[in-house]
Amino acid sequence: MTHLEEELKALKTEVSKMFALVHSQIEKSFYALQHFDKDIAHQIISTEKRVNGLELKIDLDCENYFALYNPVAVDLRYVLAVLKINSNLERVGDIAEGIARFIIESDAPFSKELIEHTHTNKMFDVSLKMLDDVEDAFNAEDTSLARTLFKQDAVLDEINFKASKLIAELIRSDIETTEQALHLLSIIRKLERVGDQSKNIAEEIIFYIEAKVVKHSRKL
Amino acid sequence: MIEAKNLNLFYSDFHALKDVNLNVAEKSVTALIGPSGCGKSTFLRTFNRMNDLITGVRIEGEVIVNDQNIYQKGIDVDQLRKSVGMVFQKPNPFAKSIFENVAYGMRVNGISNEKIIKETVEQSLIQSALWDEVKDSLKKSAYALSGGQQQRLCIARALAVQPSILLMDEPASALDPISTAKIEELIHELKKNYTIMIVTHNMQQAARVSDFTAFFYMGTLVEFNETKIIFTNPTKQQTQNYVTGRFG
Repeated sequence: MTHLEEELKALKTEVSKMFALVHSQIEKSFYALQHFDKDIAHQIISTEKRVNGLELKIDLDCENYFALYNPVAVDLRYVLAVLKINSNLERVGDIAEGIARFIIESDAPFSKELIEHTHTNKMFDVSLKMLDDVEDAFNAEDTSLARTLFKQDAVLDEINFKASKLIAELIRSDIETTEQALHLLSIIRKLERVGDQSKNIAEEIIFYIEAKVVKHSRKL
Repeated sequence: MIEAKNLNLFYSDFHALKDVNLNVAEKSVTALIGPSGCGKSTFLRTFNRMNDLITGVRIEGEVIVNDQNIYQKGIDVDQLRKSVGMVFQKPNPFAKSIFENVAYGMRVNGISNEKIIKETVEQSLIQSALWDEVKDSLKKSAYALSGGQQQRLCIARALAVQPSILLMDEPASALDPISTAKIEELIHELKKNYTIMIVTHNMQQAARVSDFTAFFYMGTLVEFNETKIIFTNPTKQQTQNYVTGRFG
């Protein structure tokens, strides 16, 4: 392996760390919601500093790589993609922090029935799977796997689309659930954005491997 | 320790190097960059006193190599040039076989044990990433090698006398891109064991291969820093103007 390839590999390792960190943040936010665990929620907020720190480091690594090695072709596309993937992952970290803050602000545990009825649990399951799949696609340079993210995102979009109506009905049927239901609506919106960020990452993977721009396009 | 302290060099009346102070990090690569005539090759040559061969040269200040001022009286210049090897822009193998090119330095330094010579030749050619390409043809003329191979042979020749420092004056500028890439990869390996200073006009090369970069302009050391700083956020406007191609 040449030293340029070693530098690219080191960059990949840093991005893998970022994937692992934000995945863990979203997982913990699900756990904290299910078990109304404010300690875990506080942990998520404190870990957000590590996410931000790692984002800055990866940005700097990319800047140095551009300055020192003048990458071209696939290497250029790769570093451009990593810059954007890094930003997408940092936003996923922000989303986990936002969910943690809802839990901390709540006075009472979230009803398990409400979580299930609003499909919040499914939103978590699908968005975590999307993060897993897109990380695997990145590590294995697998554009077929990357492309599966688009259908998965459609599942999140559908739940999100129907969420307002569903939650309005729940509130009408039991006014006591208003505060929790509205928090869950916000959480659903946030998890829909996790799906969007994962889909964006999939687009960047396809870009750097196939030199194909699929964002804003209906053709994959 | 490798250092230039208050170094001034004159070619007769021409003040070629002005008050240069630079501490060279050991077992790393330091690139010297700057426009033509800025003094970078002159500065490089101060470390093995090759400037002594130029009529009218005068030095003030000190150049410290291995804790000694190499310009003080009594310095064995031949011994200095063993420990501070040099590779030039144009490959310059001797009109001898590949083997004898690498063995030459040892022979003139009094080594006659053929076993030691043979082992050192092999080790040097391995270190210069040439062994696999020439191991079955060591008796062939060095002139039969390609330009890139000849340059690696010259590096092996320098390594055979076990220097601690390697000076490289535009070592790849006469080579094709593939040979250049091989030399650059070789530099990356060699720095694990040797201190390397390289003059290059190719800024991208300086950025790729070096750990530290010194920017010279009209005999003055303008800026010296980690290469990634020089190429991402240099302190001096003049340095920024040069690395961005606005002049030079």
